[in-house]
Amino acid sequence: MRELFYSEAIKEAMVQEMESDDKVFLIGEDVGVYGGAFGLTFGMIDQFGPKRVVDTPISEQAIVGIGIGAALMGMKPIIEIMFSDFILLAMEQIANQAAKIRYMFGGKACVPIVIRTPGGGGTGAAAQHSQSIEALLFHIPGLKIIMPSTPYDAKGLFFSAMKDPNPVIMFEHKLLYKKIKGNVPIERYEIPLGKADIKRVGKDITIVATSYMVHKALTVADKLSFEGIEVEVIDPMTIKPLDIETIINSVKKTNRVVLVEEACYSGGFTSFLASEIASKAFDYLDSPIIRVASLDTPIPYSIVLENEVIPSEDKIEKAIKGLLI
Amino acid sequence: MENIELKIYKEMLRKMLLIRLFEEQVDQLYMKGEVHGTGHLYIGMEATAVGSILALKKEDVITSTHRGHGHCIAKGADPKLMMAELLGKRTGYCKGKGGSMHIADINIGILGANGIVGGGIAIATGAAFAIKEMATGQVVLCFFGDGAINQGVFHESINMASIWNLPIIYLVENNKYGMGFPVSKAVNIEKLSKRACAYGIKGITIDGNDVVGVYKAIKEIITDVRSCKGPILVECETYRWKGHSRMDPERYRTKEEVEQWKKKCPILRFKKYLMDNKIISLSEIEKIENEAKNIINEALEFAKNSPFPNPQEAIEDVYA
Repeated sequence: MRELFYSEAIKEAMVQEMESDDKVFLIGEDVGVYGGAFGLTFGMIDQFGPKRVVDTPISEQAIVGIGIGAALMGMKPIIEIMFSDFILLAMEQIANQAAKIRYMFGGKACVPIVIRTPGGGGTGAAAQHSQSIEALLFHIPGLKIIMPSTPYDAKGLFFSAMKDPNPVIMFEHKLLYKKIKGNVPIERYEIPLGKADIKRVGKDITIVATSYMVHKALTVADKLSFEGIEVEVIDPMTIKPLDIETIINSVKKTNRVVLVEEACYSGGFTSFLASEIASKAFDYLDSPIIRVASLDTPIPYSIVLENEVIPSEDKIEKAIKGLLI
Repeated sequence: MENIELKIYKEMLRKMLLIRLFEEQVDQLYMKGEVHGTGHLYIGMEATAVGSILALKKEDVITSTHRGHGHCIAKGADPKLMMAELLGKRTGYCKGKGGSMHIADINIGILGANGIVGGGIAIATGAAFAIKEMATGQVVLCFFGDGAINQGVFHESINMASIWNLPIIYLVENNKYGMGFPVSKAVNIEKLSKRACAYGIKGITIDGNDVVGVYKAIKEIITDVRSCKGPILVECETYRWKGHSRMDPERYRTKEEVEQWKKKCPILRFKKYLMDNKIISLSEIEKIENEAKNIINEALEFAKNSPFPNPQEAIEDVYA
């Protein structure tokens, strides 16, 4: 099977989706002529034209609102927010409108939008271009959130997201774009939302990790394997709705769990996950639930500081070993 | 422009009366403590909603505001389902889940009232975007107020509509006050329609209490909007008789000012116009009024006799 970069897989998914349904369009800042801030959408405007690959002024709130309005009229917008930090500019339309319209209207409407946005740090983009703020959206009822970590997952989850009649936010990770390659089938395939993936089977300890942290966890797991420690790595893929069952089953098997995310420690998604595991698998735990997350700081600029704040493989390894003493 | 047909005149009267009677009934219910929450009444503004919406085609769509009962009734929403929604009943438009500020009926082109000031403007713009993409020939009529015109999302939306020539009329209902902040203190310009020139589009200010004038003004511009010659900003000058919501102590305006505007009641004015011009007789007017009263009475009966939702329904409809 051929290998694609994470960014290529996402582009292929969008292209195939747009080829199959002319109600689908892509809208965002510099998605067209510029080719995307990360080069992801390069060439799409040549294939589909400016009416379906729509460049916009810098107006995040209205860009999302326009997507909502178009969705109410039967179109299927892919809304690209250039950096996930900018989602904050559109929070009103996402949280008060998209997330709530179905419920407020008594189930008599739906908002089938997909918002794609790259988040995460490690590129020296500093505080306002490096955040992992999925927890803010996680908290809002009515949204679905996916965080694919591999090219294969990204393409398959994207198709499911497009099929889903609810607003879905796809948090990509900048470091994954041109760093991670993987096997990706050329045909369309769907990975269902709300289903976690066991990325590595193990018996000694469970790690649940999201997005780029999945790769750090896998690297640590490979290293610890040489020391006789077999780590099970679970990637939720969809954090909302969460496949808690797969995670609980793993904890029941290993009895120890470390949760790893790039978001800040206070109130990151894994704080919810920790409470879920504590209440649903209490009798199976042989040690406290450990969370590894970014320090409670904005992401700093200097690489020395950035590496201190964002969870390192070292920190993950120490967390695991700390539980096994 | 051609003469207005008799049936349109009758519909104007009928709809303005329906709105007035509905809102007065709702006001009564609030005063008796029979409604959970608050309401934002459209009394005094009927001519703006009715004149503009009657100038639309049936397939055109609107977005509304927190003060949306007038828009919804003008567009053809069922007063029974609206009243039931206000009383939080299962039979309401939104199964009791939305309440006054979130009434919607997508099937008849009401893309929703909205509890966020300006919350519907980008949505309306997106609807117009889709209409142009799919070439359906519809128009979007986007209602918002003199408060919303200062929200950033208004400027983002109208700018995009202007660069893409979207088929949308942005109708600002200038009733002189946001919640309690007078528009004269909120903006540095005389007429809100002047903002249109910042976007290279046409802007007009009209008397929002003249239902015939509003109808004619929209009719005059709508063909160009429909053929995607560009969006237009229409400012309707009007006034709300009641406070912003039910809890409004109205410290920002005088009783005299309110009384002055009541004398300019759009419904009385229209009735006089109809009779002076011998368009509709007094007895016919009374007949229309009685029919409207019956409809509102039936709506109240329906709402009062309807069941509340089952508590278990609270968790339904979060996701499709």
